[in-house]
Amino acid sequence: MTLRTTPTEPVARPSPVDAPDPMISVRELWKVFGPRAAEVPGSAELCGLSRRELLDRTGCTAAVRDVSFDVAPGEVFVVMGLSGSGKSTLARCLTRLVEPTAGSVRFDGQDILRADARELRALRRRKFSMVFQHFGLLPHRRVLDNVAYGLEIRGTGKAERLRRAGEVVDLVGLSGYERSYPNQLSGGMQQRVGLARALAGDPDVLIFDEPFSALDPLIRREMQNEVIRLHREVGKTMVFITHDLSEALKLGDRILIMRDGAMVQIGRGAELVAAPADDYVADFVRDIPRSHVLTLRWVLRPPRPGDPLDGPELGPDVVVREATRAVLASDRPVKVVEDGRLLGLVGHDEILAVVAGIGLAGEAHGGQAP
Amino acid sequence: MTTLATARRLTPRRPDRRVLVAGILAVWVLLWVVLRGRDTLVLAPADLTGLHRFLTDAADSIGAARGGNPVFRYVLDPIRVGIDHVVTFLQGVLAQPAFGRPVPAIGWFGVVALAGFSAAVFANLRVALLAVAGLVFLGLQGLWQESMDTLALTLAAVLLALLLGIPLGIWAGLSDRFHRIVTPVLDLMQIMPTFVYLAPLALFFLIGPASATIATLVYAMPPAVRLTAHAIRGVPETTVEATASLGATRRQTLLKVQLPMARRTIVLGINQTMMAALAMVTVAALIDAPGLGKTVIKALETLDVGTAFNAGLAIVVLAIVLDRVTTAASVRAAGARRGPAGAWRRPLVLAGGLVTAGCVWLSATYVWASRFPSDVDLGGTLARSADTATGWAQDHLSGVTTAFKDLVTTLLLNPFQSLLTESPWWLVALVVVALALVVGGVGAAVTSAGCLVLIVGSGLWGDSMTTLAATLVATVLVMALGITVGVWIGRSPRADRLIRPVLDAAQTMPAFVYLVPFLAFFAASRFTAIAAAVVFAAPVAIKIVADGIRAVSPTTVEAATAAGSSTWQVITKVQLPMARRALALATNQGLIYVLAMVVVGGLVGAGALGYDVVAGFSQGQLYGKGLAAGLAIVLLGVLLDRITQAAARRDEPGRR
Amino acid sequence: MRLREMTILALTAVMLAGCGWQKVSDLPAVAGGANDCGTVNLAVNPWVGYEANAAVVGYVAEHDLGCTVVKKDLKEEVSWQGFGTGEVDAVLENWGHDDLRKKYVQGQRTAVELGPTGNIGVIGWWVPPWLVKQHPDITDWRNLDRYARLFRTSESGGKGQLLDGDPAFVTNDGALVKNLRLDYEVVYAGSEAALIQAFRQAESRRTPVIGYFYAPQWFLAELPLAKVTLPPYRPGCDADPEKVACDYPEYTLDKIVSRRFADAGGPAYELIKNFRWTNEDQNLVARYIAQDKLSPEAAARKWVEANRAKVEAWLPEG
Repeated sequence: MTLRTTPTEPVARPSPVDAPDPMISVRELWKVFGPRAAEVPGSAELCGLSRRELLDRTGCTAAVRDVSFDVAPGEVFVVMGLSGSGKSTLARCLTRLVEPTAGSVRFDGQDILRADARELRALRRRKFSMVFQHFGLLPHRRVLDNVAYGLEIRGTGKAERLRRAGEVVDLVGLSGYERSYPNQLSGGMQQRVGLARALAGDPDVLIFDEPFSALDPLIRREMQNEVIRLHREVGKTMVFITHDLSEALKLGDRILIMRDGAMVQIGRGAELVAAPADDYVADFVRDIPRSHVLTLRWVLRPPRPGDPLDGPELGPDVVVREATRAVLASDRPVKVVEDGRLLGLVGHDEILAVVAGIGLAGEAHGGQAP
Repeated sequence: MTTLATARRLTPRRPDRRVLVAGILAVWVLLWVVLRGRDTLVLAPADLTGLHRFLTDAADSIGAARGGNPVFRYVLDPIRVGIDHVVTFLQGVLAQPAFGRPVPAIGWFGVVALAGFSAAVFANLRVALLAVAGLVFLGLQGLWQESMDTLALTLAAVLLALLLGIPLGIWAGLSDRFHRIVTPVLDLMQIMPTFVYLAPLALFFLIGPASATIATLVYAMPPAVRLTAHAIRGVPETTVEATASLGATRRQTLLKVQLPMARRTIVLGINQTMMAALAMVTVAALIDAPGLGKTVIKALETLDVGTAFNAGLAIVVLAIVLDRVTTAASVRAAGARRGPAGAWRRPLVLAGGLVTAGCVWLSATYVWASRFPSDVDLGGTLARSADTATGWAQDHLSGVTTAFKDLVTTLLLNPFQSLLTESPWWLVALVVVALALVVGGVGAAVTSAGCLVLIVGSGLWGDSMTTLAATLVATVLVMALGITVGVWIGRSPRADRLIRPVLDAAQTMPAFVYLVPFLAFFAASRFTAIAAAVVFAAPVAIKIVADGIRAVSPTTVEAATAAGSSTWQVITKVQLPMARRALALATNQGLIYVLAMVVVGGLVGAGALGYDVVAGFSQGQLYGKGLAAGLAIVLLGVLLDRITQAAARRDEPGRR
Repeated sequence: MRLREMTILALTAVMLAGCGWQKVSDLPAVAGGANDCGTVNLAVNPWVGYEANAAVVGYVAEHDLGCTVVKKDLKEEVSWQGFGTGEVDAVLENWGHDDLRKKYVQGQRTAVELGPTGNIGVIGWWVPPWLVKQHPDITDWRNLDRYARLFRTSESGGKGQLLDGDPAFVTNDGALVKNLRLDYEVVYAGSEAALIQAFRQAESRRTPVIGYFYAPQWFLAELPLAKVTLPPYRPGCDADPEKVACDYPEYTLDKIVSRRFADAGGPAYELIKNFRWTNEDQNLVARYIAQDKLSPEAAARKWVEANRAKVEAWLPEG
C-alpha cells in the first residue's frame, strides 16, 4: 500500500507528530468483516484487491485497511470520509468496541489489543471515552444520572459522582436541566449530555463519532464552538470522526482522509487544500473557501531581486484571511518569517489570487513568478 | 466476470411466485385424480402403531416406578410441596377459609380496595375504577370465592412463570445460541395440547394445586420468555455501545441499561402471560384445579349454558381487568420519565394506602366486608338471560346456520380434505415442501421436510391431514373476518371502541361455554370445531390487521386521497398493501390460535388429531397415541409457522 | 392537610359503626375433623350419575359419621392414578374399565374392588322417541340399513351417521358397524355434551339421529330414548375387539378404593363398602342436580331425608 503523504511540504517545521511520545499510536490496523476475515490482511494478493473484488472473491468486506497514524497529546485529530469509508469502524477499533482483525493500537504506550477484558474495562473507564452520533443516552435516567453513569459503573460514591457530574453539566452549559429526562431535551442539548458523560470520567482521550451529524446546522456550529472551547479549557486529546470537511477543517489540528477503508491523505487542513494527494481529495476540497484555510506558508513566494525587504513581518501559520488586511494595507510585500528566518514574501497578487479563488494552490505557489 | 455476476443479481432470480404456486397446485390436483386413494396412511380411531404402544408402556412404567424413584423423592416432591404451599397460601389469603378462620384472611372489601389502590399506584385512576367495578361485578355474579380461587391460582402460576421466564428471556435476549435452542421448546410448550401432559403431570406432581399450576405455567411462560428476549434485543445498539465504551461490565450493562430500557416490553410480556394463564383455567379444572373452571365444566355436564356463561363471563371480566391494568402499567413504565410528578402525589398515595389498609382490616374483622353479600342475584339473572338468548337463537337461527355449515363443508372443507387425505402421502409431502421452497425459501423447505417426516413417523398421517384441512379452512375464515373487521376498526376509532371488548371476550371466554350453543347450530361436525376455532382466533387476527392499518402513514393516505382515490381504492391500493406485514403476521398468529383449538374441536365432532388427544387423555391404553397426536399437532404448528414467517419476511419491500 | 383529617375522620366513623356489625370471630369455627373418621378423598368423575353417588355418600359420611369429605373433580384415568399416590381413596361408580383394573388392581396393586353399587349400566345405540313413533321397526338392527339414508350428515360421507360420544367410554361401534355390515359411518362427537345436544335437538326438531348412549343417565329422565336391539350378548362374544358382532354386556357398576384406604378400615370405608342403591335412586338424585339445579349437597340432603331407612343400612355397626 502506498500512502501519499504531502510531497510539497515546503519547509520542515516542528509538528505534533514528531513529539517523542504520541498519545495514540496506530499501526497497520485492519478490520475485515466476513467469513475468512483473518486471512485477508496477511495475503498480499487479497490486500491488493478493490473492495468490490474482495467481496466477490472472499465474501469479506475490509472496513479498515492498513491504517497507521499517531496522535500527539493535546492534539485534535480528525478522521474524515464519506459514509462507508470505514471511519466509524476505525473509531470503534480504537476502543475495541469492534475487535480489529490485525495491527496494533497503543494508548500511552500500552497496546490495547493485548489487554484482557478487565484491563480493557479499566482503560475505558479511565483513559478514553466516546461521544456517539445518536447520543446513546439512557432514556430512563435524568440528565445528571446519565452524566454520572460512567462514574457509577466504576464505583465512585454517590455524593462524589453527583458532585462531579454537576460540575461537568455546568461545563457543557446544561445547568438547570439536571433533573430533566433526555427525551425532554433538544438534539443539541442531548449531545451536550453525551459530551458531559464522556468528560465526567476525566479521560485522557475523547473519541467523537460523528457527534453532530444528526443536528441542525445552527446547533452544529454552536456545538463545534463548544468543542473548541472545551478543548481550550480542558486540553484533552481528541479523535474526531466526521463526514463534513468544513467541520474537519474547523476543529482538526490534523486530518486523516479515508476512502474505502484506506488512508488517502493525512495532514493539516491547509496541506489538504493546498496540495491534495489525488483527485478524490481535490474533489473534496474544491468548494472550500481557500482563504479561510490556507496559511501564508502555502502562498508565499521566494524573494526576487529588487523586492523591498522592509515590509511588515508575519508568521507562516497565519491564515490568509487574517493576513489579507495587513498585506493589502502595506505597499510592500509582507515578509513571512519563522524563527527569525525569512521563508518568503507575500504581496497583493498572492493574496488576491487566493481570495478570488484563482487557480489551485500548487499552481499559485509554483507558477506565480513572472 | 464481475459485471456478469452483478447483472445476474439484479435480474429477478425466479418467475413470478404466484404463477409457481398455481402451477404446483395444478400439478397436485392432476396427480390426485390419477393417484387418489393410494398410500394414504390412514389409521382407524381404535388402531395403534408400535410407537403408540411403546409410548404408552413407557408412561406406564414411569408411573409404576414412582414410589421408590429418587427423582420423585428429591426433585419433584420438593417442587410440588413448594408450589402447593404458595398456592394454598394465596388461596388462604384470598379465597378459602384458612389460618384457623372460617373465612379467608382478606375479605372481598379488602381485595377490592387493594386492587383499586395498586391499580391506581402502578397504572392510573381510570383503570383503578375499572378494577374495582370488575371485582364487584364478580361478587354480584355470585362467584366471589370461585373467582378468587382462580385469581390465586393464576397469580401463583404467573409469579412462577415470570420467575423462570424472565431470566430465561434475558438469556435468550443476550445469546443467539440460546435463543435458537429455546425457540422450538417454547413452540412445543405453546402448541402441545394440555390434555397430553395433564395426566402425566398429575402423576408427577399429584392431583392438586401444584399440577394445575404447572400445567398453567407450561402454557403461560413462553410469552414471558419471548417478549423479554425481544425487549432485550430491542435496546438500541448505540446505547449498549455507549455504555460499553464507558467500561461497563456485562452485568452493569444488563442491570443499568438493558433491563430498565426493556421494562415496557417486559410488562407487556407479563400481560400476555396473565392472559395465557387465564386461558388455562377450564382445562386445569380437569385435574381438580379450583375456581371458575370447575363451575364451567360442571355446568357443561348438564348442558347448563346459562351457568357456564355466567362463570365464563367472570373469567372474561377477570381477564379484562388484569389486561387493562397491566397494559396501563406498561404505558406508565414507559412514561415514567415525564418530569417531576405532582408534588401531591406522595401524600395522596400515603392516604390511599391508609384507607386501603383500613379496608383490609375491616374485611378481616367484620362479616359483611369478608363475605360478599348474596342478596343480589345478578348471576342467576345473567344465566337465565343467556339461556333464553341461546334458546331463541337455537330455535330461530338453526336453519340459516345449518345451511351455512353445509355450504362451507361441501364447497371448501370436503374438496380440500379429500385432496389432502386421499393423495398419496409422498405427493402431499412433495407439494408442501415445494410450496415452502417457493413461498419461504430453502430454510422453510428444509424445516417443512423435517416436520413432514416426523408426522409420517408419528403414525397419524391421515388424521394429521384431516386436521390440517380443517385448520386451513378455519384460517381462511379467520383471515376473511380479520381483514374485513380489521380494516373497519383500523379506520374508525369509534368502531374500535365498540368492537374491542367483544374481541377480548371472544378471546378469553372459555370455549366450553359456547360449545353447547354451537352444537345446537351446527351439530357435532367438523364445522362446529372450525366455528369454535374461528371465534377464538379471529380476534387476534382482527387486532393485528387493525394495528397494521393504523400504522400506515397518514401522509400516504392523505396523498392517495388527494389524488382522488375512492375509499375502496384507498383501502385496496394503499392501506392493505402497506399493511402487508401485519397481514402476514395475522395469518401466522391466526394459524397458531386455530391449532390451539384442535383439541376442543375433538370434543365436538372434528375427529382426527383432536379426538386422538382427547381419547388418549381418557383411556389409558390410548395414551401413547394421544401423545403422538399432540406431537403431530406441534409439528403441524411448527410447519405452518415457519412457512408463513419465512413468507412474511420475503414479503418485506426491498427484499424481493 | 384536609385530606388527612378526613381520612382519620372516616376511619373513626367506620370503627364506631363497626361496633354494631357481626364479627368474623363470632362465626362458627371450621367444621370437621372432630370424629375419628378423618378425611375421605372422593374422586368425582365428570358425569351427573357419578356426582349423585358422590353427593349422597359424601353427605352421609359428613353428617352421620363426622368425616371430612374432600371431593376431587377428576377424569377416570387420573382418579385411578390417585390411588397409588394416596390422593384418592374411592371411586364410587366404575364402568367396567378392565384395562384400569388390570393395571391398578392386578398390576400395581394400589386399588381394591369393593363390590357393586347396585346400579346396572346399559350401553347401546339409541334413537329419539319421535323416530320410534314414526318408524317402530327402527329399533331392530336388521332394519337399520333401510333407514341409513335418514341419518346421512355432512360428516358421514354418504352413509348413515352413528354418533359416538366421550372417548372415555368403552365403544366397539367401529367394529360393530363393520362386522354387522351396516351402511353406517361412526362419527366421533368427542363429548357427552355433544351427544345429549344432538338427541335433544333431534327430538325438538324432528330430525333423525342415532347414537351411542347409556343408562343410568339423567338425560333419559328428560327424554326417554329408545334402545336399538343388537345381536344378543353372549359371554366371550366381545373377547376380540376386532371381531365383535354382538350387543354390549350389562355392566355391574362397582366401587373401587385404594389399598391404603381399605387396609386402614374405618367408618368411611365401611360406609362405601355398604353403599348400594338402585338406578331409580340415582336417577332421582341426578335429576335434582341436572334439571332442578339443586347443588349436589342439597340434592343429597333431599334424598337422604326421604330415604332414611336405606341410609341406615349403609352405616357401620356400632
